[in-house]
Parts: sequence; structure tokens; C-alpha cells
Amino acid sequence: MTENGDATPLVVLKDVNKHFGSLHVLRDINLTISRGEVVVVIGPSGSGKSTLCRAINRLETIDGGTITFDGQPLAAEGKALARLRSEVGMVFQSFNLFAHKTILENVTLGPIKVRGVARAEAERRGMELLERVGIGAQASKYPAQLSGGQQQRVAIARALAMDPKMILFDEPTSALDPEMVQEVLDVMVRLAAEGMTMVVVTHEMGFARRAADRVVFMADGQIVEENAPDEFFTAPRTERAKDFLSKILTH
Amino acid sequence: MQALIDEHRVILEAFWLTIRLTLASGFMALVLGTILAAMRVSPLPVLRAIGTAYVNIVRNTPLTLVIVFCGLGLGLVLDVSFSTSLSTNYLWLSIIGLSAYTAAFVCEAIRAGINTVPVGQAEAARAIGLTFMQNLRLIVLPQALRSVVAPLGNILIALTKNTTIAAAIGVGEASLTMKTLFEAHGDAVVPIFFGFAVAFLVLTLPTGLLFTWLSKRLAVIR
Ligand SMILES: Nc1ncnc2c1ncn2[C@@H]1O[C@H](COP(=O)(O)OP(=O)(O)O)[C@@H](O)[C@H]1O
Ligand SMILES: [Mg+2]
Repeated sequence: MTENGDATPLVVLKDVNKHFGSLHVLRDINLTISRGEVVVVIGPSGSGKSTLCRAINRLETIDGGTITFDGQPLAAEGKALARLRSEVGMVFQSFNLFAHKTILENVTLGPIKVRGVARAEAERRGMELLERVGIGAQASKYPAQLSGGQQQRVAIARALAMDPKMILFDEPTSALDPEMVQEVLDVMVRLAAEGMTMVVVTHEMGFARRAADRVVFMADGQIVEENAPDEFFTAPRTERAKDFLSKILTH
Repeated sequence: MQALIDEHRVILEAFWLTIRLTLASGFMALVLGTILAAMRVSPLPVLRAIGTAYVNIVRNTPLTLVIVFCGLGLGLVLDVSFSTSLSTNYLWLSIIGLSAYTAAFVCEAIRAGINTVPVGQAEAARAIGLTFMQNLRLIVLPQALRSVVAPLGNILIALTKNTTIAAAIGVGEASLTMKTLFEAHGDAVVPIFFGFAVAFLVLTLPTGLLFTWLSKRLAVIR
């Protein structure tokens, strides 16, 4: 599972707390993510899943506890923070492709501007990644010309282009029309199989069962339950989880 | 009418000066206005405060005051000098005044443009490791500028007309030349006035059309 034989965890959150004003959105979060692990985060809306995800690449600051990434505490600002972020890919619910750039430019911008890769090399690699997610033919189009499912696959390619050590997915299929969900999940399942470290906020149980090593259930800013996917979905241990599952299952 | 024909060289020269004033001030205002807008969205409170103060002070000062200050305050009292030629010096001082004044409006237009860029754009840029400046330069400003092409066109048109205030410190642009011609051709004041008014239309109408066309062409499709 660990390609480089490194057994130290990739991400460690220790006693992490976060407030938005008086709202306590992360409460004493302790979570360790190993290299190559796929963790699905599930829980009711407003339970702090996005905030947890965003804290890992410091799109949100925390006000208590520590987060270490690859053995180092998260950098607070400047170049070191930018470097951290370049090593942690992020895929958003609303894709957030750069609207004024072509698909290929979306994928090559980071490598060229952040990593200093030569344009030709970045484009070769970018095309390769776009082919891999099935968007090669659309490389010269603009994001608005693509369907949601295609845009999200480009967003995944954009994250991959940075050769990240892990990728955070914040409800990657929630904004998609139902018929496009599977094409995105397929790409994610493949990534998981290839050994990418992933944190995925999603309610897609099929994905969790197929690809996740662990399910983390959050409610009210706390991790309420953690278990292997099959155990979690078939035999949740807490009332909160049972209650939540009964609600999403009836949908 | 004859007066206009007889004096066409003087008139064309005056408008050529008007055009140069507009282009030079417009370019400098765009640069300064962009920097001010960047300051107003920067994470540093000091820069934000400076940007805000600049805009609020300059926007609420009559342009004539700004130009006279540049000419007399900077030029005569503080002895700021760009050229040994007096007229070139006043030309540059008026360009400084026009740029400084117009930059405040450019800043506000661009800031409005920045507000039209969805936060997800900047977040995605941060998430791939772009620094604040790269983010602004590569992602936020290009989209912001493209969404405010039409208002920037209006600012340029206003600037074209505002260059006439450089006459206050003796810059021989169109309006000062018109005044001189009025004195020389007292019998032709009305045709001269219409001649100059039409010439301004010839400058501003195409500018408006061009910027409207550009704003459609450059619009970011979401
Ligand atoms: N920028 C913010 N400012 C204030 N409150 C916020 C902000 N972002 C999220 N919240 C609040 O924090 C709580 C957790 O939000 P979030 O992490 O987005 O939950 P989830 O992703 O599980 O739906 C919610 O109550 C939400 O309204
Ligand atoms: Mg969320």
C-alpha cells in the first residue's frame, strides 16, 4: 500500500477545533490518514465535512489543535503554504475550473506556474491526463462548453497534474445530473485502485463500498463513528449514524 | 466654416494633443487603478486602508483642483520637472493629474469586476498552490478586467472629455485652442464651437462602440 515504503501517516489531525464566530464547527477532531488510504467522510449537511476537508489544505484556518501533513505542521502562509497546497489536490462540488482558460490550460497552469515545468512538457502531460479521464478531445474548449460530468473530470485531471500526495474531494458528484455521476465516480474508483490517498466527502454509498478503506461519520462538528464501509453501512453502531443512514437510504 | 478650414492644422494639432493626453493618462490610470484595486482586496489591512483612502479622497476632489495642484503645487512649488521645455513639463504634470484622478474610478470599476468573479475561482487557484499575487494576476484580474470592459470604456470617454481641464494649466489641447480661435475669429464662434464638439464626438463615439464590441467579445462565459 505504501509505494515508498514510508509507514508514517500522511495526515494527522490532533484535537482540531474550529469556530465560525460562536459556531463550533469542528470539535476535537482526531483523524489519521495513511498513505494510499481512501477515507470517505459522511454526515448531515452542516456537520463540518467541508470545513474538515478545507482545513487539511488550509483553505480554512483552525483555532485549536494541530494538523501535520507528511510529517510537517501545516505552513501558515506564503511560499511554504503554497507549496503545501500544491501537494494536496482539491476537487470542489462546483468544479471551479478557471472559466477564462481552455481545458488544457486549466490542467497545465499549475505545473507551469507553480512547479516551473516547461510548457511543452506540461502540455504533453496534460493531454495524457485528459485522455485518462476521457476528455482529450475537448482540450481546446472552454469549461462552459462542457457538461458537469466532463468539467469535474477535468478538475480531477487538474489536481492530478500537480502530482499531489493526496486529493481532497468535497462532494464531487453532488452538483451533477444523475446520469453524469457514474462517469466521475469511475475515475475516482480508478484513482483509488492506483493507490492515491483520498479524502472524499460523499453520500455515494456505492463508491464508499467499492473504493473506501474507511468511513468517517460526522455530526455536529464531531467524528461520531469510524468503521470499514461494509460494517458502517450494514451495522452502524451509533444512533446518530443509524438515523442518518435511514434518511439517505429512503432517498 | 472658412475659419475651420483655414485653421485646420492648428485644430488637428490640438486634437492630436488631446489624443496623446487621453492615451497616456488612460494607460497610467489603468496601471495605477489596477494596483489600487489589488491593494483594496489584499490581505494586508494597511494596503487596504491606503487604497480606500486614496479612492475616497481623489474621487471626491474636483478634477480642476487636482490639475491645478499638479501644475502649480508639484510644478512650481515642489519643482517637479520632467523636461526643460515648459510646455512639455506642464503636459506631463497634467498627465499625472489626469492619471491620478482617473485611477480612482478605474480602481472602483475593477473592484466591482473582482466581485463578479466567483470565490471558487480564487479558491481553486489557491488549492493548486498559486500565491496571492499569481492568483490575482493569472486568475482573478483577467476575469475581473474582462467583465468591466464596458465601464472602462465609459471611463476612457470621460477621460477624453476631462483632458480639456489641462487647459487650466496652459496645456494647449483642444479646448484651449478653441478659446484662442474664438479670440482670433470672433465672427465664427458658432461654427468653431460645433467643429470642436463634432471632433470630440469623432473621438468618443467610436471609443464607445469599440468597447461595447470588446466587452462582448471578451466576456467570460460561465
Ligand atoms: N465561511 C463560513 N462562515 C460562517 N459559517 C460557516 C462558513 N462555512 C461554513 N459555515 C458553517 O459551518 C458549519 C459547517 O459547515 P460545512 O463544513 O460546510 O458543513 P458540511 O460540509 O458538512 O455541510 C455550517 O453550520 C455552516 O453554516
Ligand atoms: Mg459541504
